Amino acid sequence: MSVPPAPPRSVLVVGAGLAGHATAQALRRQGYDGRVTVLGDETERPYDRTPLTKEFLAGRVGTDDLRLEADGEDLDVDWHLGVHAVALDPARRVVSTGDGREWTADAVVLAAGARARRLTGPAGLHTVRTVADSAALRGELVPGARLVVIGAGWVGAEVASTAAGLGLDVTVLEAAATPLAGPLGEEMGTVVAGLHARHGVTLRCGVPVAGVQGTDRVTGVELADGTVVPADVVVAGIGAAPAVDWLVGSGLDLSAGVVCSAVGATDAPGVYAVGDCSAWFDPVLGRPLRVEHWTDARERPAVLARLLLEGRADPPPRPPYFWSDQYGVRVQFAGRRHGDETVTVEAGDPADASVLAVYRRHGEPVAVLGMNQTKLFTRLRRSLATPQPVPAVP
Amino acid sequence: MTQPGTVRVCPLADLPRGEALRVDEVDPPIAVFHTDDGEVFAIDDTCTHQDASLSEGWLEGCAVECPLHASTFDLRTGEVDAPPAKVGVRAHRAEVVDGEIVVTLSTEPPRLPPGVLRGPVGR
Ligand SMILES: Cc1cc2nc3c(=O)[nH]c(=O)nc-3n(C[C@H](O)[C@H](O)[C@H](O)COP(=O)(O)OP(=O)(O)OC[C@H]3O[C@@H](n4cnc5c(N)ncnc54)[C@H](O)[C@@H]3O)c2cc1C
Ligand code: FES
Repeated sequence: MSVPPAPPRSVLVVGAGLAGHATAQALRRQGYDGRVTVLGDETERPYDRTPLTKEFLAGRVGTDDLRLEADGEDLDVDWHLGVHAVALDPARRVVSTGDGREWTADAVVLAAGARARRLTGPAGLHTVRTVADSAALRGELVPGARLVVIGAGWVGAEVASTAAGLGLDVTVLEAAATPLAGPLGEEMGTVVAGLHARHGVTLRCGVPVAGVQGTDRVTGVELADGTVVPADVVVAGIGAAPAVDWLVGSGLDLSAGVVCSAVGATDAPGVYAVGDCSAWFDPVLGRPLRVEHWTDARERPAVLARLLLEGRADPPPRPPYFWSDQYGVRVQFAGRRHGDETVTVEAGDPADASVLAVYRRHGEPVAVLGMNQTKLFTRLRRSLATPQPVPAVP
Repeated sequence: MTQPGTVRVCPLADLPRGEALRVDEVDPPIAVFHTDDGEVFAIDDTCTHQDASLSEGWLEGCAVECPLHASTFDLRTGEVDAPPAKVGVRAHRAEVVDGEIVVTLSTEPPRLPPGVLRGPVGR
């Protein structure tokens, strides 16, 4: 019989976003009464990014509505906001910050999220990751203006949808032949991306962007074939990279984001990672997988808190899940794709923007996609959540 | 509707155990559940966190899990059992009268999520 290790006397969380807040919340919900310190480089209290391309960009909700903390919530946490971590010494569990201070704790949780890839260019060129980004873009989304969105991924598609709803003339440019082929596969990527045309938004695929034109302000976007698409406003929705630059040289494995066990532990004792910056070992795929979804960033901290407090934990019980709202259609996806699945539409009709599609491998359902099929999607998602055959690992 | 604040939903036989339905005739809409144990409950249909329909959620025992981000609400009280929702939904009184589900609406103000005027996305 092994004796569980004593819980840490103190926990230091780096990153005050969704995963950082959820880590503090999970520790307290699980009865932890030690010291919890959270460092975050944004000055805002923890907030939800998902409305930044949806209701917030549309002007339907305000900054206060984004707050993750409940009214009167007091987690007894030392929050240090506007503080930027610049280095980690895993052996001593010491985090150095830009203001010259050093912080240490028995356990260090990396929850630094991701940074949007940005293009440099004149005024009128935007990216959406922070509340300030979204507010700046919102100010330029005036009816009749020409918006060009670079990238037809989730962020790009939601910006296009919101802007079209505000009366802009919108064009979406995608370098790949099929949008969303990465997350959904070509067939279903085409179905979801079909929403653009149904709502009067032009989608051009297969030609990469060569550059953004304009000196004082954007005037257009040039494609690799020489075509120029005129623009008053440009949004680059070209993905995000894990915020791990400050960890280079720490000795941690950063090959896929911060590489972790199936329950969030890095190779360095006492150092853990969760949320968009982390790549937990995926027991089904058999490799580290960086999941950049809200629900996983919010729910995995409960697994990590259990590991910290009890010395062991089971991997997340449910497969990765995300949703996206576009053009009034709710898109939901759960599961893991290897890429060789067969896809069948089991309910709805793509022509009505209503689809329930099941991805199968060797006859077994491994993933499910819903468009305006919440009820059926919820049932199928449950059936995917089978217990995993791996033992609990620290 | 029969009398103000009372909704005749449907015959109990039309709502199998383990199922839920949304009543759109009232504003904001309500969700009516028939549990596996045979009890009938009614709560507001729209999640308090964001825009999702609880009648499309996962019914387990006396609780429903929101289909969008998995907040769970106690059907008896409307209280939040698990976040991200911060506040509960209203619970209404549901009973079976002569084989029919009848709901008496709560007189409390509804607690709709920010930015939502009525009913969820995607329908
Ligand atoms: C516009 C937008 C829309 C989205 N919509 C959806 C959606 O519809 N559905 C969905 O499933 N997901 C969506 N997502 C993804 C979801 O928001 C993320 O998965 C989630 O925010 C991840 O949480 P996190 O805490 O890991 O990272 P973050 O939210 O990025 O938080 C990390 C925090 O750490 C800070 N930080 C980074 N480095 C340092 C450092 N060195 N020192 C101190 N602090 C640091 C960052 O500034 C940030 O505040 C969306 C994301 C964006 C940007
Ligand atoms: S909308 Fe219900 S939990 Fe988010």
